[in-house]
Amino acid sequence: MKELVVKGGTVVDATGSRRADVLIRNGAVAGVGEGLDGERVLDASGCIVAPGLVDLHAHLRQPGREEAETVETAARAAALGGYTAVVAMPNTDPPIDSAAVVREVLDLGTGAACDVRVAGAITVGRRGDQLAPMAEMAAMGVRLFTDDGSGVQDARLMRRALEYASALGVTLAQHCEDEALAAGGHMHEGEWSSRLGIPGIPAAAEEVMVARDIALARLTGAPVHFLHLSTAGAVELVRLAKAAGVPVTAEAAPHHFTLTHAEVASYDPVFKVNPPLRTEADVAAVKAGLADGTLDAVATDHAPHPQEDKEEPFDQAPPGMLGLETALPLALTELDLPVERVVALLSWQPAHIAALDGEHGGPVVEGRPANLCVFDPAEAWVVEPERLASRSRNTPYAGRKLTGRVRHTILRGEPVVVDGEAQR
Amino acid sequence: MQTIDAMGVDAIIVRHASAGVPWQVASWVDASVINAGDGWHEHPTQALLDCYTIRERVSSLAGLRIAIVGDVKHSRVARSDVLAFTALGADVTLVAPPTLLPPSLAGWPVEVSHDVDDVLPKTDVVYLLRMQRERQTEALLPSLREYTARFGLTRERARLLADDALVMHPGPMNRGVEIAAEVADLPRSVITRQVANGVAVRMAVLFLLLGAGRR
Ligand SMILES: [Zn+2]
Repeated sequence: MKELVVKGGTVVDATGSRRADVLIRNGAVAGVGEGLDGERVLDASGCIVAPGLVDLHAHLRQPGREEAETVETAARAAALGGYTAVVAMPNTDPPIDSAAVVREVLDLGTGAACDVRVAGAITVGRRGDQLAPMAEMAAMGVRLFTDDGSGVQDARLMRRALEYASALGVTLAQHCEDEALAAGGHMHEGEWSSRLGIPGIPAAAEEVMVARDIALARLTGAPVHFLHLSTAGAVELVRLAKAAGVPVTAEAAPHHFTLTHAEVASYDPVFKVNPPLRTEADVAAVKAGLADGTLDAVATDHAPHPQEDKEEPFDQAPPGMLGLETALPLALTELDLPVERVVALLSWQPAHIAALDGEHGGPVVEGRPANLCVFDPAEAWVVEPERLASRSRNTPYAGRKLTGRVRHTILRGEPVVVDGEAQR
Repeated sequence: MQTIDAMGVDAIIVRHASAGVPWQVASWVDASVINAGDGWHEHPTQALLDCYTIRERVSSLAGLRIAIVGDVKHSRVARSDVLAFTALGADVTLVAPPTLLPPSLAGWPVEVSHDVDDVLPKTDVVYLLRMQRERQTEALLPSLREYTARFGLTRERARLLADDALVMHPGPMNRGVEIAAEVADLPRSVITRQVANGVAVRMAVLFLLLGAGRR
C-alpha cells in the first residue's frame, strides 16, 4: 500500500490540537509532525484533521427498504459527512434481532465507504414482549442494543433486559417514548400543534421513559444510553442522574438543536420526525446539554424515506429525516462550541459509547488505525438534495447555506473521500 | 393532483380528514384551492357563513361577546371561527373542560372559561360545537351525560341568556347532548339560517374565484 501524507492541516483529537502533517502507511498512522512527505499527498491546508466521526444512530434501511437506502449508499453518505463508522439501527425488515441478520448486515457493510457496525434489537421482532438472543449477537461484536423506532414499554421487561445485558458488557439504548402518552401524535404538542390542528406528542411522553430508565439503571447498575433526546425536561433528568452517579449516557440529533416545531406550519412532511421538532426552549436546552457534557454525543438519526412516502398528508407520512451529510457543519455552526468540543461530540465520545474506541475516535498518533476526517471549517456550501449521496432526498435543510465541509475521509489508510468526492 | 391540474380546472375544493392537505395541494397545482375543511385545522367557508349569519341580525361584530362552547380541541370550525370573529372585532370566550381545549392557546386572542353558567349571561352569541360520542372512550370525558349536565345548552340554561342573544351550531346537532331540542327550535336559534346562508356564501366564494368576480 502506498504511503499517504495528509499535509498542512491542524490535528485535533482528545489530546488537544497542533499543526501537523500525518503520515499513513499500511492502514495506520506512521508519523505525526511537521514537514512529512509521502508518495501521495492530500492537501489539508486550512483544514482540521480529526479522528473519523462515529454515528451512533443511522437507519440504513437494509434489509427490507432498499428503495429508501442501502448499506452501500448510506455508507457513502456517511463518508462524505466525515464518518468512518456508523451504527446501523435494527428496525429493518426483518429486524436485526438474531445472529443471522447481524451477519447479513455486517456482510453488506464489507467494502463499504465506512465501517458498518450493528445495533441489535432488545426484544424479538422489536415487539417488546420477549428478550432477543443478546448473547449470540454480542458474540458477533454487537455492543449496543435497542428497539429504536419504539421504546421498550414494559418496565419489567426493560429491567430484565438490563440485568441480562450487564453480564455481556453491552449497553442498552432507549428510544424514549411512552406509547400511551404519544398515541396518535404527529408533532410536538404545544402552541403549533394546537394552531395547526395536528395531534401532538407531549414532551412528557419522552420524559417519563427517561425518568423510568434512570430508575432502572440505578436499580440494576447496568448502563443505559438515551437516544435522540429532544426536550429540556429530558436533558435535565440526565443532568441530575449523572450528578448522582447513575451510569447513563445520551445523544442528541442535529435537527433537535437547529429546528423547531414552527417548521411544521408548512405542513411539509420533511419536517416530520420522531421525537418531533420541539420548542425554542427545548432547542436551547439541548445545546446547553451538549455544551456542559450532559449529552455525550451528536448522533444523526439518519432516516431516509423515498419521495412518494413524504408526499402524503402530514399525519400519514412516516417520520424521519436525512442527517449523515449535514451533521458536522450544523454542529460546527449551531453549537457555538470550540472545534475540539464539536469533534469530541461527533467522534471519540460516541466511539466510546459504541465501544469502538480501539479503531475509531482515538488520538491521531503513530500506530493507531488511520481512520480520519479532514474538514475545512470555513468552506460554505448550499444543501442540494439531489446532490446528496443518500438514495433518498428528505433533508430538512434543502437550500440552506452551511459552513464547514468534509474534504477528505480516510478509512484504514484508504482515502474514501478526496476533495469532497466519494471514491467508493 | 397534477393530473387534475392538467385538465385545466379553475378550482379544486378540498375536504380531507388530515390537517394541511389543502395547503399541500395548493403548492402542487395552479388552480385555486378552496379549503372545505381539513382535519381539526380549519373550515374557512363555515366561518364566513357564520359571520354572515350574525350580520343578518346585528350590524357589526365589533365588541360582540361570543362564547364558543364544546369540543374546541378537535374542531376545525372553532379554529376558523376564532380567526374570523376576532378579525371582525368580536370578543371570543372558549368554554370547555380542559380535556377538550387545545393543549396550548398561546397566541389565541381568546378568553377561556370552564363554567358555562358564568359565561352565558354575559354573551351575545353562544356557538355550540358538535360533541362526538367517541370522546368518552378516549378518556376526555367521563360520559356524555356528564358533559350535558355541565356544558349542554339545556332549556334551564338557555334562560341565562339575554333576550336577544343568538344560538348557533355548525350542524349536524346531537339534540339532547350539546343542545336541547327545544332550544334548537327557539326563535333566537339561527341554526337553520346558517344552513341556508351556507349555500349563498359558498356560491359567493366560487363566484369570486371563478366567475365574473375573477379578474
Ligand atoms: Zn428513535
